[in-house]
Amino acid sequence: MKTLPPVDVVIVGGGWTGLLMAKELGTRTSLSIVVLERGQPRQTDDYGGDMDELDYAVRLHMMQNASQETVTLRHNPGERALPLRQFGGFLPGAGIGGAGEHWNGVFPRMLPDCFTPLSSTVEKYGASKLPEDHSIQDWGITYDELEPYYTRAERLLGISGKAGNLRGKLMEGGNIFEGWRSTEYPTPPTKIPYFSALFRDAAKSLGYHPYPTPAATISQTYTNPDGVARPGCTYCGFCERFGCMIAAKAQPTNTLLPVIQKRKNVSIRAGAQVRRIVRDIDRSKGKVRGVNYIDASGQEFFQPAELIFLASWTLNNTRLLLLSKIGEPYDPATNQGTVGRNLTHQVNFPAATAFFDQPLNRFMGSGASGITVSDFNGDVFDHSGVPFLRGGNFFALSSGNRPIANFGTLPPSVHANWGSEWKKNALHYYDRTGRITFEAEHLAYKSNYTDLDPTYKDHWGDPLLRLTLDWRENERKTAEFGTVKGVEIARAMGAKEITPFSGLQSYDATRYQSTHIQGGTIMGTTPERSVLNPYLQHWQVSNLFVLGASSFPQNSASNPTPTILAQTYRTADTIVDRYLKNPAPLA
Amino acid sequence: MRRREFLTLSAASVGGVLVYSLDRRVSRLSAQAGQSLRIPLRFFSQSEALIVAAAASRIFPSDEAGPGAREAGVVVYIDRQLAGPWGRDGHRYTQEPFEENAPAEFGYQGKATPQQTYRQGLKDLAGFDRLEPAEQDQKLKNIETTLFFSLLRQNTIEGMFSDPIHGGNADMVGWQLIGFPGPRMSNYDDVDKHFGEAFRPKPVSLREASGRKVRPSEEVE
Repeated sequence: MKTLPPVDVVIVGGGWTGLLMAKELGTRTSLSIVVLERGQPRQTDDYGGDMDELDYAVRLHMMQNASQETVTLRHNPGERALPLRQFGGFLPGAGIGGAGEHWNGVFPRMLPDCFTPLSSTVEKYGASKLPEDHSIQDWGITYDELEPYYTRAERLLGISGKAGNLRGKLMEGGNIFEGWRSTEYPTPPTKIPYFSALFRDAAKSLGYHPYPTPAATISQTYTNPDGVARPGCTYCGFCERFGCMIAAKAQPTNTLLPVIQKRKNVSIRAGAQVRRIVRDIDRSKGKVRGVNYIDASGQEFFQPAELIFLASWTLNNTRLLLLSKIGEPYDPATNQGTVGRNLTHQVNFPAATAFFDQPLNRFMGSGASGITVSDFNGDVFDHSGVPFLRGGNFFALSSGNRPIANFGTLPPSVHANWGSEWKKNALHYYDRTGRITFEAEHLAYKSNYTDLDPTYKDHWGDPLLRLTLDWRENERKTAEFGTVKGVEIARAMGAKEITPFSGLQSYDATRYQSTHIQGGTIMGTTPERSVLNPYLQHWQVSNLFVLGASSFPQNSASNPTPTILAQTYRTADTIVDRYLKNPAPLA
Repeated sequence: MRRREFLTLSAASVGGVLVYSLDRRVSRLSAQAGQSLRIPLRFFSQSEALIVAAAASRIFPSDEAGPGAREAGVVVYIDRQLAGPWGRDGHRYTQEPFEENAPAEFGYQGKATPQQTYRQGLKDLAGFDRLEPAEQDQKLKNIETTLFFSLLRQNTIEGMFSDPIHGGNADMVGWQLIGFPGPRMSNYDDVDKHFGEAFRPKPVSLREASGRKVRPSEEVE
């Protein structure tokens, strides 16, 4: 192992959070900063030839290579876990920009009560409404504290949308259920394609409050506060699982990299697989002193640093802490320990697959161009009469129509699966089919967690991370509720046939749900129940910070990227304003 | 090294105009009456290729609804995929122990690679290409629930609708069938128009749209 010259800061992971921290510290201080990214180098220019469904969306060209490292899964602590031999239910990114390169760009804030799920629920419904085995806890931060950072994140990416609550004033046409916003969105809403427009009109006719989905696929040319300019979206329909060839979809490579590349104090090393965070020899100091990594040629390095950020996505953040023996692993039998607790995966499913008489021209659109209905999100409706807590959002997005993925989606009246009858119907319905999706909260439970697998190893011989994860009655009842409402909206849209969601059975790792896996290194108010303090600083190791959705104690119905960016901004401010003057525990 | 195998197709068996992109370069081959096409194979033997072509053609037939797997060159697509990293499980986690009978929600847990699954599946279909269509359909019905059939069905759809750089979707025949325009760079002026009526711009391939020589993953690795 070769020891490298020390640097001030090491950031593990070159996705949204790692590169945002690199940009903030790199431009506001003179600290020497190294970003270690295990995947390939990338830049905006790489995306001129990526609109190929087979290589990118089917063979998952931009994702983590499962042959080298995957995770294992079991449904409860009594089972033997099996490896996910191919990714399907969620898609970890790899390479500079991470999953922020191939996302759809849906950009909603969380509701204010998402940060206080325990106290808000108990206050309104009493503790008896909480499900058995739950592990719900408050975050230790409020929406009001985070609001300015949400605003900065929206300005960084140039988000397109329409405000629904401007400093307490409800605005027609926006999301009237959202928390207060200090300002309007930086750019106006995206264009609304036909299928989404049908949904909007139907939702309105049912008395709901549809609004344009907040989008990082921006509606017009925009220059952000860092001087980075991006063009408006052309609605080519190649967002999800692709990088944007014109940089209209905000990605770390087109939003953060142009600033970072001008800074001499920041360097990025791609192909650097970090295997351990190294504790200080004197453990009583509560410090880490660097990281071990292996490069593409197999050479091993020790990179010393004064300050370390873990920003390597939810599951790898947790795994690196476990492999490095930092903090006490969570044990569901005793409810002791913290690392690995509160694993969640957002509930996400097609509530209604709707079949129409008329063609929809669904090839046109962007990952986030569409309409959202939030009338059943969080606690915006009364739960006294329903058998579940919290809720979710309906979406009718027009995000393109990848033919390999979508050809052969047929209404219940067609039974053929191949041959002439199948072909005739599949040709007819290919562009007459649309999905209303429901994206809902996933509560935290004591027996949904992560630890190290005792059997399966990665390419370098380290244990894989093991997920113990399954749905409970709360998620199943939420899904039933969402399906009924979704089918009602589809009917009001004029659909001739509808396939309702078949219901949540066991957690299914093959059906793509979202890449919104959260928890494992959660933040909170006490070191007994969380890994991080509310500034995302490790409770016991003061020069270690963990960024990203691994810090979320609970999975809200909102897509996580706005919140992870807002939290990263808040941590960056705290480090510049307080920590660098006195490198000690902040809470 | 394996003996070089070719798939020989008579013009009569394919009919009309055929366009294949062959051997790392784009070529246009037109099958004239009385002539035959020799397509170099990377994974299949000729007899295997004939079975795959016949089976894909029952899954996605050429019929009154339009061209099918035969015109699109689906067998060429599948041959290349199997010879490439996907066929060898280049990106699949293949560490033991394997649990062959795992519940479906854990995904495919078996040991066999796509190459092995095809080799075995094709053995069981020996002589398939010489059967009458009704007998072929019965044979396929008998194996409908097998892993081999589900791969074949999925690969047939891929070969119909993936970009022509991968060897199928010849002349974008699959995209023309469904009205998909391929990687069309801008729909800005049309995305909020044409409500309720079909808008069908002429398809473009990735090489045409990007002006770049894009290399498919099966050629790179």
